[in-house]
Amino acid sequence: MAFLELDKLSKTFGSHLAVDGLTLGVEKGEFVSLLGPSGCGKTTTLQMIAGFVEPSGGSIRLEGRDLLAVKPARRGLGIVFQSYALFPHMTVAENVGFGLEMQGVAAPERIKRIGETLELVGLSAFAGRYPRQMSGGQQQRVALARALVIRPQILLLDEPLSNLDAKLREEMQIELRQIQRTVGTTTILVTHDQAEAMALSDRLVVMNHGRAEQIGPPHEAYERPATPFVASFLGRTNLVGGATVRPEKISFAAQGLAGKVRTRIFQGNHWLYQVETTDGLVTVIRQNTGEAMPAEGEAVHLAWGAA
Amino acid sequence: MKSAPYLLSLPALLLFAVIVVVPLIMTVLLSFHDWGQYKGIEPVFILKNWHEVFTDSYFLEMFWRTFRIAFSVTVLAALLGAPEAYILNRMKSPWRGIFLLVILGPLLISVVARTLGWALLFGGNSGLVNKALASIGLIDAPLPFMFTETGVIVALTHVLMPYMVLAVWAALQRLDPQVENAAVALGAGPFTVLRRIVLPQVMPGILSGAIIVFALAASAFATPAIIGGRRLKVASTLAYDEFLNTLNWPLGAAVAVLLLIALVAIVVGLSRLVERRYAQVFG
Repeated sequence: MAFLELDKLSKTFGSHLAVDGLTLGVEKGEFVSLLGPSGCGKTTTLQMIAGFVEPSGGSIRLEGRDLLAVKPARRGLGIVFQSYALFPHMTVAENVGFGLEMQGVAAPERIKRIGETLELVGLSAFAGRYPRQMSGGQQQRVALARALVIRPQILLLDEPLSNLDAKLREEMQIELRQIQRTVGTTTILVTHDQAEAMALSDRLVVMNHGRAEQIGPPHEAYERPATPFVASFLGRTNLVGGATVRPEKISFAAQGLAGKVRTRIFQGNHWLYQVETTDGLVTVIRQNTGEAMPAEGEAVHLAWGAA
Repeated sequence: MKSAPYLLSLPALLLFAVIVVVPLIMTVLLSFHDWGQYKGIEPVFILKNWHEVFTDSYFLEMFWRTFRIAFSVTVLAALLGAPEAYILNRMKSPWRGIFLLVILGPLLISVVARTLGWALLFGGNSGLVNKALASIGLIDAPLPFMFTETGVIVALTHVLMPYMVLAVWAALQRLDPQVENAAVALGAGPFTVLRRIVLPQVMPGILSGAIIVFALAASAFATPAIIGGRRLKVASTLAYDEFLNTLNWPLGAAVAVLLLIALVAIVVGLSRLVERRYAQVFG
């Protein structure tokens, strides 16, 4: 039996089926991402685990106990919200200490744990600041520290990085992964960003229209997508010769599918090609090795291995 | 053209100067004039009126009562208005609109009509309010409402409540609903969320509402005039009486100017305090 079990979890809003019989087992210490486009039911699922939304059907069990019978305030889950939802009238230390105070942790122990957690997220020097005096990335870390300090059984992350700029987001992904490894907390991430989900998680749950289309490790879901939706959602795909082929698996060769380069875009570490073929427009991604590449308008042949 | 903004706002500034600044200066000058029963107003520069206002305990009592009433009204409006705004904010679609109208309704009715309504409810020993209080066993003997501070405070609180509700409501709408969820997830019960999370965040709204209510209560005229009458004077009704009954305009002017100065000092001081306290946190 898994650590956290969602069993045929459903939620309807009026006549709209937001989550449709989702069954998922999460192991202790695992990092699982709920991935999908907006409106796929991933956030609703998270809110049902957190207790902010009541399920219409199904059950949630944590270590075999019925979680739905427990009030949200008693579930002891750490949550990082998309808006961070920091307490604006409290300092960083007060924000982080709030959960401990609610648990009735004595002041000396509290101060010690606030210090440890702020050090974990690299904000020891900011304990006395107010949230609005900090950057988005720093606020994000405060929110993470506030969720982790109570030593939650499960850490729920609701689009935690979507308000950060691209470079910072990448840094935070690496940091988030490291922190999660360090503390070993079972983590569920909700995101619409497939790169983020693949970078962080042990397993993906690719969701669409309230259902899990595929549950599995990122590499497996990417290489062997169970449905066309999963294939197109996890990166780009081409439909050539009746098969689905990833753009980076196609190379320029002496013979193969004939075509003409329509556009060529240089993206630093790789080239992005759109090639006109008899099978339609084919996207090709080639590593930038420093060698000369076909120019726009050039006639080329495309080859790929068996998918 | 650099002068364009100034030129464009000139008409409004002129109007403001003519209808506000000039009469104000004239009132201040008037307060230094002399007045006698038979000689009328003499345009001289003396400190007689100001000396009288500051030394006669009658005026001290009057101002003390004015600010005591304004303070009580402010506290009552905050105690009743803040929870009212919170409940209003949590209501669902049709009810929220209906109850907002109920709360703002009084602003649509003349303050005189509203106050006369209270006078009817309070009036005499058999007034409706006294009957109601007696019938639920809260009082044995009828309470005096007419011509008392209690009556003025009750009526003023009702009249000024919408300003408090609106100020708090505006503050509540700026709250991120996820912040309350975050507190719940960290183990806070409903009461703790209200006291530790919601209340501190709407405090600037309550304080700005309090400043408005206090200023309006201290300078209110119609309600104290009708409920308080001649027996219970406040600064504004006193100034009115000096002007129109005693015809001692200079003394009335001194009272009016003093009320203005005191109010401006209190309101500006309080706003500064609020700003300094919350600048760091809310900006």
